[in-house]
Amino acid sequence: MATSTRHSITVSASTSQIADVRNFVAHHAETYGFSQEDVHDIKLAVDEAYTNVIKHAYNFDATKNVQVKILTKGNEFTISLADEGTAFDPSSYKEPDIPQRIMLRKRGGVGVYLIHKLMDRVEYRNDGVQNEILMSKKR
Amino acid sequence: MSSFTIISRSSDSVDILELNGELDAHTASHLEDALKGLIDADRHKIVVNFSRLAYISSAGLGVFMAYIEDVRSLGGDIKLTNMSDKVYNVFDLLGFPTLYDILHTEEEAIVKFTS
Repeated sequence: MATSTRHSITVSASTSQIADVRNFVAHHAETYGFSQEDVHDIKLAVDEAYTNVIKHAYNFDATKNVQVKILTKGNEFTISLADEGTAFDPSSYKEPDIPQRIMLRKRGGVGVYLIHKLMDRVEYRNDGVQNEILMSKKR
Repeated sequence: MSSFTIISRSSDSVDILELNGELDAHTASHLEDALKGLIDADRHKIVVNFSRLAYISSAGLGVFMAYIEDVRSLGGDIKLTNMSDKVYNVFDLLGFPTLYDILHTEEEAIVKFTS
């Protein structure tokens, strides 16, 4: 039976922490044996998810915290980000029309799209208090 | 903390912004200020050289999404050059190669602006 390992850090919901979160995840993804390309994809997916928590769950309130956890099981590497802010409703999500967003001079709005492109599996959980996004990639 | 710097140069009517480091939600406002500064000064022929950019997230791409139409409506363009494969792949995932002029070298971009 495959063993599972866990690592976690808690960081404030601030863009000043993004590099630390990326480096934390990249270190463990490298140790797990991912290629440099996969490590980059994982880092970017986590950056996008963490940036969305800062912006949308906590509205740039840096006194709030985000817990970042890594769980590996078998050949699957999962990163979980948990917050207690405004929940993201995945059912309201639509794939972005990028040419139209550019015409309208709208920046961004493509983070969730990227996360789904970069990772093998994305799951959202909400228990009424805590929101969690789980992003998984197979080795 | 993410480190990011911009070196600005100009070659006649063309302005070059050379990006260094990591462009993410923490550093994107720095690029935005640099682009806005050029547009406000009526400088619309802009080359962004990515040769020293190690990383970009959608917050960085968002800056280009927000300003390209303004620059083009003024008769200019923002041409993107010298991307590493890693950085290019992020642009590619979002379909940017059909929307932006992405070139191998800064020199090619300057020639396109001046010829």
